[in-house]
Amino acid sequence: MKAAVVVFPGSNREQDVIRALRVGTGHEPVKIWHADADLPAGTDLVVLPGGFSYGDYLRCGAIAGRARIMDAVRAHAARGGLVLGICNGFQILVESGLLPGILMRNAQLRFLCKMQHLKVERTDTAFTRAYAPGQVIEVAVAHGEGNYEADEETIRRLEGDGRVAFRYCDAAGLVGPETNPNGSTHSIAGIYSEKLNVLGMMPHPENLIEDLVGGTDGLGLFRSLSAA
Amino acid sequence: MKARVTVTLKNGVLDPQGKAIEGALRSLGIEGVDSVRQGKVFDIELSSRDKAAAEAALKTACEKLLANTVIENYRVEIAG
Repeated sequence: MKAAVVVFPGSNREQDVIRALRVGTGHEPVKIWHADADLPAGTDLVVLPGGFSYGDYLRCGAIAGRARIMDAVRAHAARGGLVLGICNGFQILVESGLLPGILMRNAQLRFLCKMQHLKVERTDTAFTRAYAPGQVIEVAVAHGEGNYEADEETIRRLEGDGRVAFRYCDAAGLVGPETNPNGSTHSIAGIYSEKLNVLGMMPHPENLIEDLVGGTDGLGLFRSLSAA
Repeated sequence: MKARVTVTLKNGVLDPQGKAIEGALRSLGIEGVDSVRQGKVFDIELSSRDKAAAEAALKTACEKLLANTVIENYRVEIAG
């Protein structure tokens, strides 16, 4: 499993995700710069880490979504290569056209920074096969713009094709307005591309890989990827 | 040549910032405000003297970067 982590000006979670990949997959990822034209040969997985690329100027992820490396990332995804975007990485994926919809300002207008339960919607993808069906995991959320919105037709297609990856819920797995932290449509916390090879998610599994710092519920995602 | 690009949220897209501003205006006692939608304005200086070419370039700029057409509309105005 060869992973490349793309660093943009203003990325700040790249070390967290590099560590999670190292621990979860047993392989050392490489860090690449946004202005590079190509991915390292043989890259299986591209990771767009969290942070505030370009200071969130214009719209979150808008400028990074048009960075030079993104052409290579789009080509990688079109070949069926794996792409994971976390938090700002998810915002970059929607701005670059790799995933549909958009992340709007949280409905309560507050930056959220807390632990959050998620329901793993399916466990037959490259990103989630180490989880149990219907599993509820607890990871961190830290975002001001995580309110997933798309037009009705897109939402219908995402739901119909099983492309919702994670939903916000409570410890018992209850999904609803009272357990939705940011107003996302259908409590969506993460979505897949059509071929299930691109995953964008607002929560941070990379920060929950050690009992010492709150739990290991995020590790399953990186263990899943070790088979890629 | 000077141009102004205005980017606004499409109808039906929830605008929590606009709502908060609307509430703040009411709390200031400013009367008659039915609703507020927040948008963005870009003032752009162009080296081109050809109005049609400038319009076409700005349209491309809007489609590619300035607006996210999933949720936003844009308007290009060229002075003169």
